[in-house]
Amino acid sequence: MDDIIQAINLTKTFGNFTAVNNVSFDVPKGEIFAFLGPNGAGKTTTIKMLTTLLRPTAGTIKLNGIDTITNPEKARKTFGIVFQDPSLDDELTAMENMEFHAVLYKVPHKELKERIEKFLSFVELWDRRNDLVKTFSGGMKRRLEIARGLLHKPEILFLDEPTQGLDPQTRNKIWEYLQNLNKETQITVFFTIHYMEEAQAVAQRIAIMDHGKIIETGTAVKLMEQTQTKSLEKAFLKLTGTAIRDEETSGVDKLRAHARRWRG
Amino acid sequence: MSAVYILWKRELIRYFRSRARLVGSLGQPLLFLVALGFGLGPIFQRAGQGNYFQFLGPGVVCMGILFTGVFAGIQVIWDRQFGFLKETLVAPISRFEIMLGKTLGGATVAFIQGFFVLLLTMIIGFRVQNIFLIPLALIAMFLIALFFTALGITIASILEDMQGFQLIMNFVVQPVFFLSGALFPLTGVISFLSIIAYFNPLAYGVDAVRGSLTGITHFGLAMDFTVLVIISSILLAIGSYLFSKVEG
Repeated sequence: MDDIIQAINLTKTFGNFTAVNNVSFDVPKGEIFAFLGPNGAGKTTTIKMLTTLLRPTAGTIKLNGIDTITNPEKARKTFGIVFQDPSLDDELTAMENMEFHAVLYKVPHKELKERIEKFLSFVELWDRRNDLVKTFSGGMKRRLEIARGLLHKPEILFLDEPTQGLDPQTRNKIWEYLQNLNKETQITVFFTIHYMEEAQAVAQRIAIMDHGKIIETGTAVKLMEQTQTKSLEKAFLKLTGTAIRDEETSGVDKLRAHARRWRG
Repeated sequence: MSAVYILWKRELIRYFRSRARLVGSLGQPLLFLVALGFGLGPIFQRAGQGNYFQFLGPGVVCMGILFTGVFAGIQVIWDRQFGFLKETLVAPISRFEIMLGKTLGGATVAFIQGFFVLLLTMIIGFRVQNIFLIPLALIAMFLIALFFTALGITIASILEDMQGFQLIMNFVVQPVFFLSGALFPLTGVISFLSIIAYFNPLAYGVDAVRGSLTGITHFGLAMDFTVLVIISSILLAIGSYLFSKVEG
């Protein structure tokens, strides 16, 4: 029961395309675990399966011992998640977004105010609590999402490319929050990322995924030794090749343009 | 049930926060009232059908509810594309609660919008025949709101993105409105139009509101309310089922 995340023979197919192909891994409680891979490797699909957003075609997932397929509602209480794309309501204030989350996760009413203040202060957004989220910068939104993801005191925090598109100051700050939190509360942190230096600096263990399969797992040092390279970036390229991958277009961009037209 | 409440509350906060949208969406009903109400009024009168404005008012109220309701439901697609839906889908609540909260929220918004349009018609000159039947009209308005919000969510559960939105507007929502008897009496129209009306949910809605407010009905109030309650329940069930299949 030491492994808080257990993925056993996970497979996900879309039509005749296999996004994730018979993947298994375990993450022990309290670990900071990085999930690396080129675009289209199957990282986001894996995270979506781990967080009950996608149903695996085959395989089992247990979070803190709870089966996510047979008992999704209970499993959902065990983790917080920061998605790759923002998932805040822009038309609401930071405070309202937090309250919304707290009610959905049944945070006890007595603790609600205190907890929101604690986590908003933690990501240094308490002063902006009554501002609409649409006035926030990308970095502020990401910090707000982290605060929100922690509000119900999860045992696991999933982050899908948490520092993507942010300036070095914000990236640095985000890792500082997460490492402090990991030390204080033993929260397990599972994240995907493209910045190898960050993975090397923060993660205790790294898995590298490509073409829907996990090709290596280990510490950064072990991966470098294994590939006889001097940096994680080189090790990564050696393991996954140098060919450029094209991510499939999601249709989201098309839609955003459409929606903008409608909103006037 | 607290999840249903907070989802409901979110819809209301968003509605009242965007005053521009609130005022802007009164523009179309106003245009219909002025252009058709006053424009066709004299002809209607000459044909011996009485006051057209009295006839049109409830129809335009229903139009406001129809468009706001379908739109509120269909916004689930935007929630999905802008990411917010994921926040609710990973929360430890059932899909049914999400569906219920969103439907009640959207329906409340559509109902309030309809209420504002009703006030607008009254300012311009609509007169309620029997004040004691106003609550009945309000119930009918809420049922219409419920039905069309649920319809919007049902459509949103099937559509992947907004590409199909125009299709829905032109081939579902507009025909439902124009063929509902909101603009013309169903009595005496060519039989093909009156047959279509029998299968049009809004026809019963318009008839219920008009019947309660002015005393003129086509199907009869008992029939109207029976149909409204039954079809709203059926659609809620269908919507919940389809929404439960939505994946992030």
